[in-house]
Amino acid sequence: MSALVPLLVTLPLLGAGVALIFGRRRRVQVGVSIVTLTLVMVIAAVLLYAVDSSGQALAVSVGGWPVPFGIVLYVDRLAALLVVISAIVLLAVLLFSVGQGAADGDDDTPVTIFHPTYLILAAGIFNAFIAGDLFNLYVGFEILLVASYVLITLGSTESRIRTGVVYIVVSLVSSILFLAAIAAIYGALGTVNIAQLAERMTELPQSTQLVLHLMLLLAFSIKAAVFPLSFWLPDSYPTAPAPVTAVFAGLLTKVGVYAMIRTETQIFRDNDVNTLLLIVALATMIVGVLGALAQAELKRILSFTLVSHVGYLVFGLAIATPLALGATIYYMVHHIIVQTTLFLAVGLIERRAGSTSILKVKGLMRAAPVIAVLYFIPAINLGGIPPFSGFIGKFALFNAAATVGTPLMYVLIVGGVVTSLLTLYTLMRAWNLAFWREDDDHADEPAVVERIEYLGDAPAADEQGDRRVIPRMMTATTAGMVAVTIALTVFAGPLYQLCASIGDALLTPVTLVQLEQEAQQ
Amino acid sequence: MTVSLVLVIIMGVLFAAGVYAMLERSLTRVLIGFLLLGNAANLFLLIVMGRPGVAPFYGAADPSEMSDPLPQALTLTAIVITFAVSAFLLALIYRSWQLGQADTVHDDEADLAVRARTEVDEEQMDDETSIEDEDDDATTDFIGTDTAPITVLHHRDLEGIRDDAPTDRPGASAGESRDRDGGEAR
Repeated sequence: MSALVPLLVTLPLLGAGVALIFGRRRRVQVGVSIVTLTLVMVIAAVLLYAVDSSGQALAVSVGGWPVPFGIVLYVDRLAALLVVISAIVLLAVLLFSVGQGAADGDDDTPVTIFHPTYLILAAGIFNAFIAGDLFNLYVGFEILLVASYVLITLGSTESRIRTGVVYIVVSLVSSILFLAAIAAIYGALGTVNIAQLAERMTELPQSTQLVLHLMLLLAFSIKAAVFPLSFWLPDSYPTAPAPVTAVFAGLLTKVGVYAMIRTETQIFRDNDVNTLLLIVALATMIVGVLGALAQAELKRILSFTLVSHVGYLVFGLAIATPLALGATIYYMVHHIIVQTTLFLAVGLIERRAGSTSILKVKGLMRAAPVIAVLYFIPAINLGGIPPFSGFIGKFALFNAAATVGTPLMYVLIVGGVVTSLLTLYTLMRAWNLAFWREDDDHADEPAVVERIEYLGDAPAADEQGDRRVIPRMMTATTAGMVAVTIALTVFAGPLYQLCASIGDALLTPVTLVQLEQEAQQ
Repeated sequence: MTVSLVLVIIMGVLFAAGVYAMLERSLTRVLIGFLLLGNAANLFLLIVMGRPGVAPFYGAADPSEMSDPLPQALTLTAIVITFAVSAFLLALIYRSWQLGQADTVHDDEADLAVRARTEVDEEQMDDETSIEDEDDDATTDFIGTDTAPITVLHHRDLEGIRDDAPTDRPGASAGESRDRDGGEAR
């Protein structure tokens, strides 16, 4: 079974190579990408089943080096679950972009590098999730970041270069910080293996631990877009092509959050910065959603809500009880899927209406009822309306916080509720303007414009120009993702149970002996 | 663990110089800053190796005399990554230059919008105070300082330079492709 683990990374890399060879033949490229990601999804599902049913994690020491020295790939329930979810998201977004590309005449002038880069991005994400040592985590981050640099400047238009530069420079700084933190940790403890780090870390004085801890957290917070290190996100994501934004929004920040979870629960168990994290989480939630309120452009609104909902994840992580960690994992799964779906739905709106500005788009309810449904369901899900998974996740988080019951927890709960309501308000305002406003009705226009006058200064999107026909494949993919979001609600019981068991296991870290045993099996 | 003080000082200087250069608005300086920071981090990895020893080949010497091979492996990986990323940054700078905006980092659109709005508000509120104008030169205000160390040359400036690389400003090429799409749909 453990022979399957390295395939999660090598298959996408191999697929990227093959796709690059067939750069001029779009159909082959598409076939290779779809087959590769489907295979990875199946493998990840098998691994999740195996790990979950046996209750024992899989560890593979690559290259046959003995455990603490070589590279260890480590798949426990958390890693397997996240790999499955990201494989689903990556596959769906790939199908969406294939539908979009087919309609845009990719057959004549294929963008040679999109598919290979996309697969490399996938390899980086999977590598980061299954990394068993800090340096491999760094390499995973770099793989996915370099691929994301290419994807975010795809086509290298003026606006994409402008925003891409900011994104790239900020990511580079966080990578250097991460590398310096790894060097400092190696200098202090003489290892980069996470299990061994966890054992040796307790021997260090608290002040040294705190420095190392904050260095790592700083690097990961930039990647996870935690306030005040989230400034780069809302400006750089919206200009990328719709499918790219969708997959970035769903996955890239979550890789940062995943790294934070590993850091907090395994490496620095004795070193407590939870109060700081709680305050930062509150600020992230509130500032993020207030930013969304001031935006008129749908992709920017969603980018700001993305920042604000990372706050919930940090909140759950900072409560640091098994109950809260389980809720955090569930919320993370929910948010990956729902945020991606919303961005795909906005991609459909952009194509149908020629713009993503809610001041310009109108009358979509009548003109495109399917898109209306595909936007509405994930929107109220993100806003936390029962019975959807957003409500379940938030309820579980608040419940875990109330169980701890300190005054700060109640402040955070209030902040979370307010954020949830404001998210709902922002998304429903977009719904009212873009979908419910009649296309031919100009009578109420002055009144509407007056009421939302403050939005007039908000930055506009790149104009798409004319309205175009939407390929059936794009709609079908988005509908499929909406179905997955509903499945998160329908199968909330088993999924939540899995997440809860992950939360329980997270606080009892893996020992080196365990890791060696698992690697030998 | 014993480390060389000289290396530590060099690392500190590299980090400081790198951070300083990265704070510039010019992309070329940002690149230089990134290279310095990358080298500083790599040097840091080498420093934590401890006292240097014999090359760590199997059987070449007593293991206690060998230097620690792991930081070397980590440094090599990090160097390769830094190299690849700087190549990409160079391409990006070239593209930014090609699009005729010089090689500077531009402002966030939302920031620009907010700034435009506050400026309007300020004009309405205080038009009597002229103290701020005197201070303008003294403040380290980055707004509007599009300084670039390289001069942008276009074909009109120099006959030898041909500026015919494909650009995608809204205009001719975009219109063409859209027409073609429309034709196919019909």
